[in-house]
Amino acid sequence: MTAHAAPAPVGGRLVTKTTVVLAGMMLAMGAVLVLRLVYGLGAVTNLNNGYPWGLWIAWDVTIGTALAGGGFSTALLVYVLNRGQYHPLIRPALLAALLGYLQAGLSVFVDLGRWWDFWHIFWPTYAQPSSVLFEVALCIMAYIVILMIELLPAVLERLHWQNARKRLDRVLFVFVAIGVLLPTMHQSSLGTLLVVFGPQVHPLYQSNLLPLLFLTSTVGMGYAAVTIEAAISSVGLERPFEKEILAKLLAIGRGLMGLFLFVRLCDVVYRGALSHTYTPSLPMFTFWLENALLSVPLWLLASKKNAQRAKYLFLSAMAMALGGIVYRLSAFLVAYQTGAGWSYFPSLGELTVTTGLIAFEVLGVIVAVRLLPILPAAPERTLTP
Amino acid sequence: MSLDRRDFFRLAAKTAACAAATPRVAEARPSPKLPDEALGLLFDGTLCIGCRACMPACKEANGMPAERTPLEANGQTSAVWDAPLDISGHTLNVIKAWRDGTGLTKDVVHDGYAFTKQSCYHCVDPSCVSACPVSAMTKDPVNGIVSYSVDACIGCRYCVAACPFGVPRFTYDTPKPVISKCQLCRHRLANGEFAACATVCPTGATLFGKVKELKAEIARRRRLTPGSTTTFPRGRLGGTDSYVGRVGRYVPRVYGEREIGGTQVLHLSGVPFELLDKPELPDVAPAAISETIQHGLYYGLIAPATFLGILVAAARRNMIAAGKNPDANPPAVKP
Repeated sequence: MTAHAAPAPVGGRLVTKTTVVLAGMMLAMGAVLVLRLVYGLGAVTNLNNGYPWGLWIAWDVTIGTALAGGGFSTALLVYVLNRGQYHPLIRPALLAALLGYLQAGLSVFVDLGRWWDFWHIFWPTYAQPSSVLFEVALCIMAYIVILMIELLPAVLERLHWQNARKRLDRVLFVFVAIGVLLPTMHQSSLGTLLVVFGPQVHPLYQSNLLPLLFLTSTVGMGYAAVTIEAAISSVGLERPFEKEILAKLLAIGRGLMGLFLFVRLCDVVYRGALSHTYTPSLPMFTFWLENALLSVPLWLLASKKNAQRAKYLFLSAMAMALGGIVYRLSAFLVAYQTGAGWSYFPSLGELTVTTGLIAFEVLGVIVAVRLLPILPAAPERTLTP
Repeated sequence: MSLDRRDFFRLAAKTAACAAATPRVAEARPSPKLPDEALGLLFDGTLCIGCRACMPACKEANGMPAERTPLEANGQTSAVWDAPLDISGHTLNVIKAWRDGTGLTKDVVHDGYAFTKQSCYHCVDPSCVSACPVSAMTKDPVNGIVSYSVDACIGCRYCVAACPFGVPRFTYDTPKPVISKCQLCRHRLANGEFAACATVCPTGATLFGKVKELKAEIARRRRLTPGSTTTFPRGRLGGTDSYVGRVGRYVPRVYGEREIGGTQVLHLSGVPFELLDKPELPDVAPAAISETIQHGLYYGLIAPATFLGILVAAARRNMIAAGKNPDANPPAVKP
């Protein structure tokens, strides 16, 4: 097994221009949420009876947790398939996952009209297991707890609680395994959520294979997000860009994108929806846009040489992440056509909450890597490529 | 110990085999049958005179507030008392008018007009019931009424999004929102009363009854000669009230007969249903497809349990049995 530099706190100031701006964005979100709680959803959102789910579900939940998918897909590589070489990526990926899922959970909570009764989902007399949303909610809540346990070693190290750390190590494999199972379940179910919408979802998007399409794109988006985060922290924190490892990660992501595109095309043909691929409509446009974006790594990283170039890796990751984002936004908002007369575009209030939640994630990462052993300790300057 | 390529493929093959075997074990979720005692409505658009008496009656019976409908006239906007154009969080039932050209002749496509009713269809296999994560939407096993419990509801609006008829509506204008939908006046049934809209309908255009008997009544009407005079039951089937009127020239389709597995509210019309904005829907209920997928993947939790077993074994081998936890890094080299 390759030896890596152990993770160590980055240190440094917590109050900077960046963190103050991020805190300000969160304060703005807080103000909107107060209005939402006092006056109701209609006061701050553009949600309506034709589009009852908006940005907070389509972005914060389906995209926020997919980009956090690096947490489970990296854990799968490192712990389950024992690819120790990916090890420097695991803690940053788990951290991003925890923050991504926390913001998704918060978003769902404020999106619930009758939020004070949210516990009904987990209460046996209310729970309705045939509901796809029931499974999604249950898995997401459980996964947040699992992610906290998976990150606990970093906290225990920081506190120098060696005994607790050792004891946790002995059982950690169980939580790691559950931490791979749960996202596999609910990330596919995020796609299944759309199946019950039936013909309200455009034929290019409605499919019985939605769970498979959402799962494969999630893993790809997760690896893309891990790459982008690594690139940002290598620039922002002057760390080496772990190019070799990320190249292998993206090679897997590339394979999954190939699978995604192949399955999707076969499915469109099988369902007899092929004519919709050239019948002009907004869903047709987004269909081609996301497929084009998701195919970028297929040709950009085609040659061995290019697959090692940092710029190409970064661009491929960006395209994959963006493609997955367009796919999810389209499936939930563009391809969801509920009848004449209804329209939806997120309000300023909804955007403020979503940007506030992104600020929460970024701020969370900054504070956590400065205080906790998340990132590998910076090597000597001479080792930097 | 690391998993080599061959091990990985073996593992992957095993997982795939388990996943492939599962749907065969699990039955496709069977489509529910219409309950024998199912209650419903027949709306005969050719009998409707557009008086809209059913709308305030519905509001009164269900304690719904009036809606302010803005009316623009002479450059001024006034609020007309309760003239809703569509169902909403505060309106469970509306009569809508369709017209073409001069709109002079009833129930003809060219230069004609027609009426239609918008309210819950009480599906045999309702999407809202399948979607609801907290059993707030339920279908009565005896009379088939799809009802809503505000005490269970968490306000997630999955039912609003799922219903292909656009029926459940959410009250966005309050911090204590609810879902509103027609529940076929189930609170009136115990007193021997029935749906308020049918009770007040002067021509029997909205008729309450057992779905099986309503279907027989539909068949009778379609056998009669269009334009001839007949006696229509009024209020409810099997009651004493009646209305003598002319038989309509029906389009050869009953809306609700097969849409997403059938509904308990059936519509007859003199003009094609597309003109009345009735959505074109498949025969198979989306709820049945969704639940077949969910039950297939999660049947007896076999697939998740198998997958978890493989994951636990592999993670254990890599993190414990080999004697080195990959997370237990070599001690940091002190600079």
